[in-house]
Order: sequence, then structure tokens, then C-alpha cells
Amino acid sequence: MASDSIALNLVDQSTRPIGDRLHEWVVTVDHKKLGILYILYGLVFLIIGGIEAMIMRIQLIVPHNHFVSPEVFNRMFTMHGTTMIFFVAMPILFGFGTYLIPLMIGTRDMAFPRLNALSFWLTAFGGLLLYYSFIGGTGLYGAGEAPDVGWFAYAPLTARAFSPGHSTDFWTLGLLVSGFGSIGTAVNFIATILCMRSPGMALGKMPLLAWMYLVMGGMVILAMSPLTAAQLMLAIDRYLGGHFFDAQAGGSAVLWMHFFWIFGHPEVYILVIPAFGFVSEIVPVFSRKPIFGYPVMVAATVCIGFVSMSVWAHHMFTVGMSSYGNSFFVITTMIVGIPTGIKIFNWIGTMWGGKIQFKTPMLFCIAFLFQFLIAGLTGIMLSAAPFNWQLSASYFVVAHFHYMIVGAIVFAVFGAFYYWFPKMSGRMYDETLGKWHFWLFLIGFHLTFDFMHIPGVLGMPRRIYTYEPGRGWEIWNLIVTIGVVFQGAGVLVFVFNLLRSLLKGEPAGNDPWDAWTLEWSTSSPAPEYDFAEVPVVRSRRPLWDIKHPEDPDWKYE
Amino acid sequence: MSSAAITQPTIEPEWVLPSRGRVGMFALIAAEAAIFTIFVVAYIFYTGKSLSGPMPKDVLELPIFTTVCLLSSSLTIHLAVGALRKSNVRVFGIWWFVTIVLGVMFLAGTGSEWHQLIFDKGLTVSTNLFGTTYYSLVGLHAFHVTVGLIVLTTGMVFTLLGNVKQEHSERAEVFSLYWHFVDAVWVIVFTVAYVVGR
Repeated sequence: MASDSIALNLVDQSTRPIGDRLHEWVVTVDHKKLGILYILYGLVFLIIGGIEAMIMRIQLIVPHNHFVSPEVFNRMFTMHGTTMIFFVAMPILFGFGTYLIPLMIGTRDMAFPRLNALSFWLTAFGGLLLYYSFIGGTGLYGAGEAPDVGWFAYAPLTARAFSPGHSTDFWTLGLLVSGFGSIGTAVNFIATILCMRSPGMALGKMPLLAWMYLVMGGMVILAMSPLTAAQLMLAIDRYLGGHFFDAQAGGSAVLWMHFFWIFGHPEVYILVIPAFGFVSEIVPVFSRKPIFGYPVMVAATVCIGFVSMSVWAHHMFTVGMSSYGNSFFVITTMIVGIPTGIKIFNWIGTMWGGKIQFKTPMLFCIAFLFQFLIAGLTGIMLSAAPFNWQLSASYFVVAHFHYMIVGAIVFAVFGAFYYWFPKMSGRMYDETLGKWHFWLFLIGFHLTFDFMHIPGVLGMPRRIYTYEPGRGWEIWNLIVTIGVVFQGAGVLVFVFNLLRSLLKGEPAGNDPWDAWTLEWSTSSPAPEYDFAEVPVVRSRRPLWDIKHPEDPDWKYE
Repeated sequence: MSSAAITQPTIEPEWVLPSRGRVGMFALIAAEAAIFTIFVVAYIFYTGKSLSGPMPKDVLELPIFTTVCLLSSSLTIHLAVGALRKSNVRVFGIWWFVTIVLGVMFLAGTGSEWHQLIFDKGLTVSTNLFGTTYYSLVGLHAFHVTVGLIVLTTGMVFTLLGNVKQEHSERAEVFSLYWHFVDAVWVIVFTVAYVVGR
């Protein structure tokens, strides 16, 4: 019944004028359209942030390079970090959540569709504000300049005296506005998941992805708000002459660090927990087995959510906290390794003995598993305060967190793209091109970020625009930059595959993967009303129950 | 795909989920609480760290009257929502109006207090750390009161136009959660800024 359709769209979409169709995308409150808008918006900024990374890597390919000036280099790493976190990772993950959650929990839209649209447009305009700084950074005169204070913008560099002009204000306002959007989306996720589930879907029968987005929503609310508060304080300092972070009037630069990292560290988990959700949906389907240890998986996620709120000061070991403070944050940081380890074992347990199909989404998930493990291990290394004193703010740290963000999160996101592309577009992607994308990106990733650890250990600090020859850094920097070429090529293949499949792909049908969650029970792409009849759920794999009425899951749960 | 229903229609207990308005409002309140927490932490951290005067004990006086106004508005909005639930729109309108008056009195009190601080006692947001933290914490709260008053006034206009009915009582109740939260925050701000910080 769920796949039956209702004749609502009497007008053929393709015959309507293009202006009408575009207008519909601007005024839409449909969660599927907003989800796709979020994702496309994130992809555009992925290209921009990627170009900024390439500029930095070209500058660092040989010592004493003059590709860009030191000032431009500072702007590039600031804009690259800010863009990738706030305007690539967050929108893409919100986009998948907005698109998938109502479909997966069997309802027709988010709890607050208009808030959903508002949140998207706030995020979108936040990104435009940030990039407007290239034009308006110095005000009415001059060519303008982008923010150059680093993505965590430590005080007192952000004070008026050290950052004249408006570039830092555009940074503050951009993050403030998109932060409101993020909080709105998080409120929406929580209300949707708690209040809109289809009949029979108790919390313990939700798809794991919904669980992970529930935890992520709670974390956005608790972690994004401190950033909002800190940005307000910075704006008060810069515009009204306040003294929050002004050491000359008794203010404290360290307080900004605390406020920023109270947001900054949970943010990593805000990004990685949805990635866990993707992997938890993709791995079972391509292993042809239900997820191993569902309740433990949920408990581990909630546990990560809690513990990760109390680890922030491990970014500040070199500031000089008390030995008790250091010990506390060393221990809490190491404790995060336990629930994440449980998750890795659960995914391996799911694959164990399964009939694994090495389709593109699954390849990305398997790479995710290995890379996430290594990123976690270097994280444990850095959590030891004495080790951290040695390597803090070096390329070892840069390699570590890119291993997490690219190696784990971006790989999982690419897996999710290939997995849900048939549902979103109604067409199959090209498997061969998908494999090309995977292998190119994998090789590029490892060339770049495996070898980036080494100059860090050899003492190369982050954020320097060039370096002296003869320190043993040249060869590693050369290899790292060569890796970027492979990654760029992989992304080009991905974009080409996306566009080509959108126009010429094979029709996908409702359920190309023979999957078990509700989004595959409706047509591809899903109709505006999602489900002709709201489904009734009795197990964690409702679609399995439909396909196998003789042996349904609910008999065993 | 088979067109069989997911389950045979059996007699199931009624499927009840929490109200999305309440859950959404509680989530928003959690976010607001986190924002206020950061400002309160900054206030406590900087208490007594100003390098120059005026100091809190020289210029601050306990705003008892406005505090009573704001806290009692929690009671009046509760009575208003209770009346609307019993579809007593007239009583609802009266209590709703009293809530607005109490909120406006609070804001006016804050305004005159600030006027005195700025023009008579020379304390502005840029004078010292006390000024920075005081105006931003109290100001953030006053901003929330203002937002609440805008919503309350909108509700009042709808009431006077005769558009408010018993079916809207849940919306009024969801908003009253926000108003209670703003009142509760004032208890914290009052304690931190006027009692502990003085």
C-alpha cells in the first residue's frame, strides 16, 4: 500500500516554464527539496573550500615559494577551515537528515516545515555573508579582504586593534546567522524524531540513522549555543567597545578559548555521529545482515554524546592549565575511545559472515572503518598531555583532524551519496565511475594525509606560509601536494558521475538495494506526500516484513 | 514490490506521541539556556576583576519591584492559559493583558535603571568589565522579554479581533513555557548580578 500513488500532480512537471519550477524551489517547505538544496549548497562550498586548500598546498609544495603572499595564505586557511566546517559539512549532514528522517520514520514531513525552510535560508545567507567579506571586508574603499584570524579566531587577534576593517565582523556575523539556522534545524530534528514516528515505531525500533540524528540534534543545541553566545560577546567587543576578551581592561583571552572549544570539540562529534548513521544503514544492507548489537550501538552513541561535552580543553593543554585540569581532560578524552571502539566492533560484527557486496557505497564505508580507526588512534596519542605539548599546533594535529574529517566523515558522506542517489534522483549512478572516484580519492587521501603526519613529527608548525629548505620537510610536502591532485581528480569524477547519471542514468525503481528501511518502500524520487498511506511498523526492518510475510522480523525482536 | 499492508490490521493500543510544539519549545529552551549559561559564566568569572570603577556595589540597587512584576506575570499567563483551555476567552484576554502590562512594567523598570546608570553614574558597556558583562547579561534577558512581549501583543490583537478560540490553548501553553523560562532566567540573573556579584 505504501507504494501506491495518489494522483496529486495533474500537471506534467517537465512542461512547466523554468521560472515557475525555480520559484517552487525558493518557496518550498518540502523536506525533500530542502534536503537537496542543503546538499547542493554544501557541494558548491565544497568546491570553493577545496580550491582554497589547493592554493595552500601549491604554496607549500617547495620551500620559499611565492605562489601567494603571506596575507593571502592567512585568509586561505581561515576561509578553508570555516567554509569546510560550517558551510560544507554541516549543510550536507543537515541535508541528508532533512531528506531522510521523515522518510525513514514513516511520516510526511518534518515537525515544522516552515522552520525547516527558514533554517536552510539562514544557513545559506550565513555563507554568503562570510564570502561577501572578499568584497566588503575593508569597507567602502580598497579591494576588500577576507577574514585572516584562523578558524578558531583566538583573542586578542580578533580585537579591533589587530583586525581592523570588517573582515572579522563578516566572519562573526556569518557564523552567528548560520548558527541560528543550525539550532532551528536541530530543534526540528528532535521534534520530528520524537513526535512524528509512524504508528508502531517505538524508539527502540527506529532506524539507527534516526537515533544518531537525535543525539546529533541534542548536541547541536548544547554546543552550537555557546558559539552563538561567544560570537555575540565578540561582536559586543568589536562594535560596542566591550572588554570580554580585552586583556588590557582585565578581560581574558583564555576565556574565548574555553568558549570556542566548548563548541569546537562537540562539533567534531556533531559531524561524525551522522556519518556513523550512514555507515550503520549502508553496512547491513551490503552485508545482507541486520545490524549487529542495535541496543549497544544506541547506548554507545548516547554515551559519546555525553562524554564529548566534557573533553573540550584537550585543545588547550599548551595554554598551561593546572595539573588537575590537564588530568581530567586527558582521562575524559581517552574515555571517548571506549564507545567508539564498541561501534567499530559492531560494524565488523555486522559484516562478519555476511554476503558482502562491494558496491561503491560499501567501499566507502569499509575505507571509513579503517581510516576512522587510525584517526581515533592518533587522537588518543594527542590526548596524552605530554605528547600534546610536543606536537600541538603542528602538522601532526592537522593530519589527525583531517584524517577524521576527510577520512571518516567525507568518506561516509560519499558513501551516503551513492547509496541514496537512486532514491533522490530516481536514477542509478554509474558503478564504474563510482569505483574510479573511490580509488582515486582513496589514493589521494592517503598520499596527502598519511604523509602529512611526518613533517608534523619533524617539527613543522601549522599555518606557516613557507619554510626553510634543509629541514627534511621538502619531500613530505611534495608528496602531500601530489595527493591533492588525486583527490581533486576523484571529486571531478564524482561531479561528472552525478550530472551524467542525473540525465542518463538507468531508472532505479523503488528499491535498488533490496534494503529494509521505509524510505525504500515509496517511489524514487519520493512523491510530495512521501507515503500514500502512513506505514505501520512492527520491527526494526519494516520493509523486510513486507517482503517476507512468512518470516517477519517482529517474531524475533 | 508487494502491495500487502505492512501488518494485518490488528487491534493495537492507540499510538500517542508527545506534542511537537512542546518538544520543540523545550528544545529551544535548552538552546537558550546554554546561551545564558555562557553569559552567566562570563559574568561570574569577571566579577571583581574590573580594573577601574564604578563597581557593582557603588551603583547597583536591588530591582525588587520589577522583579515582583516579572515573576507574577508567570502566574497571570498560567491563569490565562487555564482559562482558554476551559474556552473562557474573556478571562483569557484579561489575564493575557495583565501579563503584557507586567512585562512592560519590567522593561520600563530596566530602562529607567539603565538610564540612571548611564547618565548619572557613568557606567556604559565600554567603561569596564563590570559594564560589559552587566549590560550584555541583563540586556540579553531584556531582549528575550521584548521578544516575548511582541508575541504576547500579537496574541492580544488576535484576541481583540475575536480569532482566539479554545483550540488555540495548546499554542498559548507552548508560548507560556517560553515566558516561564524567561522568568526563571531572571531569577538566575538577579541572583548573579544583584546578589552574588554585588
